[in-house]
Amino acid sequence: MGYALLGGILIGASAVLLMLSNGRIAGISGIVYGMFWSDAGERVWRAIFILGLLLGTLALLPAEFHTPAALTPSLGTIVAGGFLVGFGTRWANGCTSGHGVCGLARLSRRSALAVGLFLATAVLTVYLLRHGWT
Amino acid sequence: MNTSLARYSAALAAGILFGLGLTISGMVYPSKVLGFLDVAGTWDPSLLLVLGGAVVTTFYGYRWVLRRSTPLFETRFRIPETGAIDRRLVIGAILFGLGWGLVGYCPGPAIAALVLNTGISVPFLIAMVFGAWCAQRATKS
Repeated sequence: MGYALLGGILIGASAVLLMLSNGRIAGISGIVYGMFWSDAGERVWRAIFILGLLLGTLALLPAEFHTPAALTPSLGTIVAGGFLVGFGTRWANGCTSGHGVCGLARLSRRSALAVGLFLATAVLTVYLLRHGWT
Repeated sequence: MNTSLARYSAALAAGILFGLGLTISGMVYPSKVLGFLDVAGTWDPSLLLVLGGAVVTTFYGYRWVLRRSTPLFETRFRIPETGAIDRRLVIGAILFGLGWGLVGYCPGPAIAALVLNTGISVPFLIAMVFGAWCAQRATKS
């Protein structure tokens, strides 16, 4: 539980730093998609942020804060899930960091609705997949 | 200090913090995320603390930062509208939730997973970017 809170605070710190230094929302979906279809000037800071994200993850790999179960979804499930996440986050203009962290922190109604909807849908999806339709 | 260098250094530092946060919190592991979403099963509520910790930190941090007229190394803050609710937001959020519940990855953790589990993260990310591109195209029509 302590790790969860610490992790959350670090994510928040990241968002605050990005806003303070670059004036941007730390919404990963927006950062990633912007790398593909933005002007050249918009791509560099995004690529650097992503690089940082990978480095931060890599740095803690040996630490083993968690020992998660390995999941093996089928390729079809992975692709379907990925497509839905991509389409949905672009359509909604945000994801768990964009709407969930930054949007809620700004008391945005849009984000509050988005978060409520995607959380509820995700919970329902997991319920149906794991506990069936009855 | 040269502004570009400062801007990019800060972006790098912010990215590193984000990666650290995702890993320490456990959000990089779909099994942990799905365990949180699985409210009827062995429920793991710890991700509530992740979100809570992140939102509270950002709430106070933004209040402090946004008192400034400009960011440190940029000419203006880029903050989206907070009010307008449209069908696209609703449908998008639902589709995102569906995809998230299927695999347990949202964009940030999927990127982080490139250093953890390429077998899942690579096809997921390719499909994700393709999905986003389709949405982008659909927006224009």
